[in-house]
Amino acid sequence: MDVTRIVTAAALVFALIDYAAAAGPADAPPGALACSGCHPAGPTADTTVPRLNGRNPADIVTAMQAFKSGQLPSTVMDRIAKGFSEDEVKAIAAWYGAQKD
Amino acid sequence: MTARRASRRDFLKTAVAGASAAVLPLPAIAQGAGGRVVVIGGGFGGTTCARFIRRIDPRIAVTLVEASPTFTACPFSNLVIVGLRDLKAQEFGYDKLAADQVTVQISPATAIDAQGRSVTLGNGTRLPYDRLVLSPGIDIRWDGLPGYTEAAAERMPHAWKAGEQTLLLRRQLEAMEDGGTVVISAPANPFRCPPGPYERASLIAYYLKTKKPKSKLIVLDAKDAFSKQGLFQSAWKALYPNLEWVSLSTGGKVTSVDVGAMTLVTDFARYKADVANVIPPQKAARIAEIAGAADRTGWCPIDPVTFESKLQPNIHVVGDASIAGAMPKSAFSANAQAKVCAAAVAKLVAGGKPDDPKLINTCYSLVAPDYGISVAGVYRPADGQIKDVEGSGGVSPVNAPASTRAAEATFANGWFSTITQEVFG
Repeated sequence: MDVTRIVTAAALVFALIDYAAAAGPADAPPGALACSGCHPAGPTADTTVPRLNGRNPADIVTAMQAFKSGQLPSTVMDRIAKGFSEDEVKAIAAWYGAQKD
Repeated sequence: MTARRASRRDFLKTAVAGASAAVLPLPAIAQGAGGRVVVIGGGFGGTTCARFIRRIDPRIAVTLVEASPTFTACPFSNLVIVGLRDLKAQEFGYDKLAADQVTVQISPATAIDAQGRSVTLGNGTRLPYDRLVLSPGIDIRWDGLPGYTEAAAERMPHAWKAGEQTLLLRRQLEAMEDGGTVVISAPANPFRCPPGPYERASLIAYYLKTKKPKSKLIVLDAKDAFSKQGLFQSAWKALYPNLEWVSLSTGGKVTSVDVGAMTLVTDFARYKADVANVIPPQKAARIAEIAGAADRTGWCPIDPVTFESKLQPNIHVVGDASIAGAMPKSAFSANAQAKVCAAAVAKLVAGGKPDDPKLINTCYSLVAPDYGISVAGVYRPADGQIKDVEGSGGVSPVNAPASTRAAEATFANGWFSTITQEVFG
C-alpha cells in the first residue's frame, strides 16, 4: 500500500469537492469577498499586493498562519489574520484557489 | 452549480412564455422574474453592491440610480488639495457596469414609496423593487454649525465631498501668502472618514513646510481623541512643528463661524484664518430621510447580518449612511459591506436565509507622500451589532522604521488602484 498515493488521491478528491463547492461569488465563504478590497481580482490593478485568485490554497493557509504568529513580517496582514479562525482561513483559501480569470 | 442556475432560469423563461403565449417571450431578466433590486448611490458601496448582486444571482434585475454621470472619489483627494494629484485621477464613470448587465439611471432619486416598493427619479421614471439598497453617502448638516451655510462653504470650503470643493480649497492654499494661517475645524463623531481630517492636516502641513514655511496650521477639534492619534501626533512632532492641534478639552470645539471676518469661534477664543477648512457635522444623505430609514441621530440603523434597515423592511443601507457599529465610515468598509449586502439581498429575494458574515476594513492615511500609516479591523455580527473580532485589528506600530512607513504609502496607492478597479473597472 502506498500511503502517499492514498493521501494524494484523498487530497485530490477534497480539492475537487472544494472546487465544485467554490465556483463563484455566490459561494464565497464569510470574509472572502472583503479581501479583494486590496488583493486585486483582475490582473491590471497597479499594486504590489499579490493576487489570490488561483493560488494554491495550502500556500494561503501557511501565509495566514505565519502572519498571525508574526513569523512573516507584514504591515496590515498580521492584524487581519488574527480575526480569522483556521477553518475560516481554509474555506477562504479553497475558494480563492478555485477562482480563475 | 452553474448548470443548476441555467436550468432554473430556463424554467422561468418557459413559465413566463407560457403565461403570455400571445406575446414574444422576453428574457427572464427583462421581466424581473428573478426579482428586481434598485440601488441608490453610485459610490464605493452602491456600485459594488449593484455589480455583486448581478454576479451572485444573474436572474435578479438590478438598476443603479445615481444623480451624477461622474463619481469623484474622496480617498486620496487630500493629495489633490495640496497639488500632488490631479482631480481627474479621482473621477470614475459607470460605463463598465454594462459588463454585469446593471441598468444605470443617471438621475436623482426624489421619492421613495416604502409601502408600495417603488422609487421615483427626477426624470420621472418610476422603478418598482423587491429590495432597495441605499448607499447615498453623507450630507452636510447645514443647521449643525451656526454661521456655516452653503454660501459660507464658498469662502470656507469643507472639501468633504470631493470635486469643486476640493479644487476651491487647493486654490485658496495656492493663493495664500507665505506667513499665513490655515485653520481646520474637525467635527465630533460620527463623520465620514475618521482619520481624514488628520491626514488632511498632515498633507497641508507638508505643503506649507515645502512651499510656504513661514505659515502655520491650527486644527480646532471637537474631540479629545481621534483615529490613529498616536501615529499622527508622533509624526507631527517629528515633521511639522508648525502644526498645532487644539483638543476639545483645551477649547478646540468650534461653536460658530464668522465668514465675513474669516474667523472661527470657540468658547474661549476667536481664530482669524487666511484659509479656513471647516469640516462640518454630517448625517446620512437626504434620500435616507425620505425613505424613512434615518433615525433621530441622522444615520441609518441596520441589521448586522443583512444590512436591512431596522426602520423600513425591504430597504438595506450600506456605507457612510449606515450605523455599522465598530466599522468606520470608509470606502473600504462601504465596499466590504456592499458585498455582504449583495449576498444577503440575493438570498432574501430567492427566499433563503443569509449567512452570518465576516467583514474587514483597512484604512491608510498619508502623513507625507512617502509616509503611510494604517488602521485595520475584522468584524462580525454579535448582539445585534457589528463588533470587532477580539484580538484582531489595530493600527501600525508607533516605532516603525521609515521603510515600513514607505511600504504603507505604497500599499495605500495600490489599495486605491485595486478598489477603484473592482468598483468601476
